[in-house]
Amino acid sequence: MPFSISLTVNGQPNSIALDDPRVTLLDLLRERLHLTGTKKGCDRGQCGACTVLLNGRRINACLTLAASLDGSTVTTIEGLADGTDLHPVQAAFIACDGLQCGYCTPGQIMSAVGLLSEGHAGDDPERVRELMSGNICRCGAYQGITQAVLEAGHVLSQKTVGPNTGLQESGRNAA
Amino acid sequence: MNRFDFIRPASLAEAVTAAAVPGSVYLAGGTNLLDLMKIGVTRPERVIDISRLPGLDRIEWLPDGGVRIGALVRNADLAYDTRFATTYPAIAEALLSGASAQLRNAATVGGNLLQRTRCAYFQDTASACNRREPGSGCDALHGENRLHAVLGWTEQCIATHPSDFCVPLAALGAVVEIQGVEGRKDIPIENLHSLPDATSARESALLPGDLISGLRLPPEAAAFSENARYVKLRERASYAFAVVSAAAMLDMDGDTIRAARLALGAVAAKPWRAHAAEAALVGQRATREAFEKAATAALADARPSGDNAFKITLANRILVRALTLAHEGTPKVMPALPASPFPEQHIPAPKGDLHVA
Ligand SMILES: Cc1cc2nc3c(=O)[nH]c(=O)nc-3n(C[C@H](O)[C@H](O)[C@H](O)COP(=O)(O)OP(=O)(O)OC[C@H]3O[C@@H](n4cnc5c(N)ncnc54)[C@H](O)[C@@H]3O)c2cc1C
Ligand code: SF4
Repeated sequence: MPFSISLTVNGQPNSIALDDPRVTLLDLLRERLHLTGTKKGCDRGQCGACTVLLNGRRINACLTLAASLDGSTVTTIEGLADGTDLHPVQAAFIACDGLQCGYCTPGQIMSAVGLLSEGHAGDDPERVRELMSGNICRCGAYQGITQAVLEAGHVLSQKTVGPNTGLQESGRNAA
Repeated sequence: MNRFDFIRPASLAEAVTAAAVPGSVYLAGGTNLLDLMKIGVTRPERVIDISRLPGLDRIEWLPDGGVRIGALVRNADLAYDTRFATTYPAIAEALLSGASAQLRNAATVGGNLLQRTRCAYFQDTASACNRREPGSGCDALHGENRLHAVLGWTEQCIATHPSDFCVPLAALGAVVEIQGVEGRKDIPIENLHSLPDATSARESALLPGDLISGLRLPPEAAAFSENARYVKLRERASYAFAVVSAAAMLDMDGDTIRAARLALGAVAAKPWRAHAAEAALVGQRATREAFEKAATAALADARPSGDNAFKITLANRILVRALTLAHEGTPKVMPALPASPFPEQHIPAPKGDLHVA
């Protein structure tokens, strides 16, 4: 039962023919659209490596059926930077050493972007840790990750009136 | 994952008709269904996508003082709805203690209610499991069962229901609205999940095609907002299912308990409302002795189903703690992160510009 969906990915509209409804958003991104920045870790919602923004909100791409997404907007790690200008969250991860091997990093960064636009953590590291708990880091870079999220939050709130505005500007499709 | 037909109905009526055909399942957020399809535990012939059915994603305040929550409201949206969280803080606290921020953004109200057990043998298609394959037996009975049920189990099945959300819902007497082939009906949440009996491990009261369209909280559920807590014990600080959890809510008249609502999570195949314990608290002063008496009453019928006698003691203590915390008052900010191991180690937030080399 082949059918097609329209999906805007990183600002790019796509019409995608699906010959099999079993394709997850994660597999679609990696194997059909060749956006391999989004990682496959556990493939069962337990690690967060596949975190992307769906209609502006962070979700696990591995537990999302592509067929159900007709008309949606997706932002992946590839869609964050503006040319060579890194998104403040990307820059903060580098500045704060928020990674070691790097495999979980795209998911961590997308999750952090989602967290900052949700706006429930403030500058409380305890809440940052709690709200980042859906992203596991096998290297244990949590200290740097928490610091990076806090720092990016500061940068975004200084840049503009509120963190939301800043994120929507930089994460073009986040709204 | 097996092959299936993907069906996207345009209306509730179309969805119910489509799902009444044997071999069909509903897809909402997909966070439990897809997981189970990937490991071959659920092998549907037809997936009925209800994730975008119109009209089911609203929180409506009712004239009688209650509230109606559409089945497609996302777990995160409900927990962060200011009016909802202020009126029913223990529900918000339970929602925010579940899964991860990503999963709560995707998970729906209906899907959370109907999520399946986390029993490892249920998830392993090589094991015997009466839930997955009626009549095949229960490998958990003599297996790794330290997290299994201590209330309401039979040798047919000793699994627990894993939802946090359902626990305060049961305590507050939520009513589940069902749309079925025969029309609409209401089921109290206490009757939604079935306990196993001597011959079967049937999971819920739902019939083929039955769709949860929403749930309602009765007006009296709003009386507990000042003294309401959900306490969840986990094996790590976050992003883990409960070992045992408890929702405790008090309606205080000075220092006397006018009414109490109590339920336990992760102890049975359904959220376990403790009616006898609630009754034992009415008219009592809020003292530790009264809380301990109530906890004893709540667990009077508990018995280990395996290597899990510790859960009875634990549930007793978690209930006393939940009551004590509820009596202290609902915290101003949710979640209060009671299980955090890092209270003294706040990293000072860096000041100024990014120092990218
Ligand atoms: C890693 C991980 C950790 C988790 N931790 C927790 C936790 O700590 N606490 C907790 O409570 N939960 C936890 N969960 C479970 C999570 O809460 C559920 O997966 C989620 O709530 C299911 O909602 P959904 O909308 O995604 O449901 P789906 O996966 O879409 O559906 C689940 C089931 O419900 C049926 N269904 C869905 N909606 C309806 C409806 N309206 N009418 C009739 N049938 C319906 C589906 O057919 C399916 O059988 C965790 C999940 C994962 C993957
Ligand atoms: S406890 Fe229940 S779910 Fe687990 S194996 Fe036994 S029958 Fe299956």
